Amino acid sequence: MTRSKDFDFVGLFLWVFRAVILILIVWGTYATIADNPYETRTWVDFIIFGLAQGSMYALIAIGYTLVYGVLFMINFAHGEFFMAGILTTTVVITTPLSESGFLNEQPILSLLIIAISSMAVSIFISVLTERIAYRPLRKAPRLVPLITAIGASYFWQNYFRGLFGSGIKPIPQIEILDGTIPLDFLGTTMLKSHVLVIVTTIVMLIALNFFIMKTKTGKAIRAVAEDKDVANLMGINVDQTISITFATGAAMAGIAGVLYSLVFRQVHFFMGFIPGIKAFTAAVLGGIGSLPGAAVGGLLLGMFESVGPSLFLRGLGIPAFNQLKDVIAFTMLVMVLIFRPQGIVGEVLSEKKA
Amino acid sequence: MPMLEVNDIHTYYGNIHALKGISLHVDEGEIVSLIGANGAGKTTTLRTIAGLLTPRQGEITLNGEDLIKYPAHDLVYKGIAMVPEGRGVFARLSVMENLEMGAFSRSDKGEIDANIQMVFELFPRMEERQKQVAGTLSGGEQQMLATGRALMAVPKLLLMDEPSMGLAPILVEGIFDTIEKINKEGVTILLVEQNALMALSIADRGYVLQTGEIVLHDKGEELKKNEMVQKAYLGME
Repeated sequence: MTRSKDFDFVGLFLWVFRAVILILIVWGTYATIADNPYETRTWVDFIIFGLAQGSMYALIAIGYTLVYGVLFMINFAHGEFFMAGILTTTVVITTPLSESGFLNEQPILSLLIIAISSMAVSIFISVLTERIAYRPLRKAPRLVPLITAIGASYFWQNYFRGLFGSGIKPIPQIEILDGTIPLDFLGTTMLKSHVLVIVTTIVMLIALNFFIMKTKTGKAIRAVAEDKDVANLMGINVDQTISITFATGAAMAGIAGVLYSLVFRQVHFFMGFIPGIKAFTAAVLGGIGSLPGAAVGGLLLGMFESVGPSLFLRGLGIPAFNQLKDVIAFTMLVMVLIFRPQGIVGEVLSEKKA
Repeated sequence: MPMLEVNDIHTYYGNIHALKGISLHVDEGEIVSLIGANGAGKTTTLRTIAGLLTPRQGEITLNGEDLIKYPAHDLVYKGIAMVPEGRGVFARLSVMENLEMGAFSRSDKGEIDANIQMVFELFPRMEERQKQVAGTLSGGEQQMLATGRALMAVPKLLLMDEPSMGLAPILVEGIFDTIEKINKEGVTILLVEQNALMALSIADRGYVLQTGEIVLHDKGEELKKNEMVQKAYLGME
């Protein structure tokens, strides 16, 4: 008996589901455009904010995708690596630098120190977590490290809450990042902090691509991702390479933390949770295990979140449409998991990895 | 003193006693073949020597030095390289990157480049395809790549696991010619094969494995004449 000859209720349901979502998006978009509530420059502002937000998602998503590539494990504690770096740096370095006045006397040097410190703390926490919580479970069934990762996530959240208190810590003013630069050809302006976010992300992604594709260590990471036993035979220390993989992802998360703090002007112990989940969504959206996928997925998710509510939710007459960007993000996650589990640029996983 | 000496090793998969006291030795410059049926423990023996499996009991020494205490990734620094079963090329790395990974244990850029040229001479096909992703190569080409990759480590002892597996008969002879060529360059070879006839033809000595134990050991030519070997592995009546 072949399945294809049966009437497929699940298939029908999914088809209807997809059609309903598409119709809602098209209808909402049409209604919004007909209503024409915003000027062009407002749309451009939405897009710029989407790019900035998406850049941070992309940087964090790199960590999910790298670790998934070598261990086939979703490291749900990755959002905490992002939080740990910038929270520690803010309390220990940024605030004292600001109080002494050094922050605004030497802003570029200060930002460099902040970036390096944030990366270093994120790397330290991630390598420690891998060594203690994940490495002993290397041969355990796939579900075990996943649950451990959720445990590690709660552990770090509460550890840093205990260490630095649960209050929100404001980010001191950095004068050179205040204000905007004009974008005359688009008839709008762009916040300097958003420029910094986008430029830094581009630089980091290029550096990462060079590291993974061209260096000996990067090639070893790719070899370990494909076959640990054979990589071992080549003389590659697999455990050490996995540590480096975690460290690379955490370095990206550390930088993302700095950018996040410059845009949102505050940090706290719980700040890693939502960006972590969103970045995971971005990694799945792009195709988990794929580095270009993480970048594309992050940018797309940021854009959809920023433009989506005003573009198609508004037209549907939803009252508080601006509050619903998370709905858009997670609807996208569900849609991708149902209709294109390999993601936008992902490849179909082989039997071994599926 | 033999180059590689394996003394009474017992390897387990969980509770399954896979190797029940294997002893063998390989002298410098030799080709030694290990033959046996499926599941006899040939691959397990090689993987144990290469450090991917740890025996519960027994000794493995290379030029008198104990190997068991080293993790697998250190053995290539001791001069052991392996061509794994099913070739195990890194499918998403290019041919060139696969060869570079073979030389992971070495750092002299000039010597590595010279070695790549040597591999290209041995397998001209690899030079044509150096930028191609290894997963798109044919089975025979992947075997060449896996062999070339192992040679990039400049091993003293080369372990080869079923190099003829899954290859068209016309390619099999080429592979065995290559093995002899590599051996003449001074590389000692321990070979595991199901194609017993070819394996014994090029071997100085051979061992016959049965259910985790060595049942016969002789010169390659002698084993080919052995009645039991002829019946069980060479398909002669």
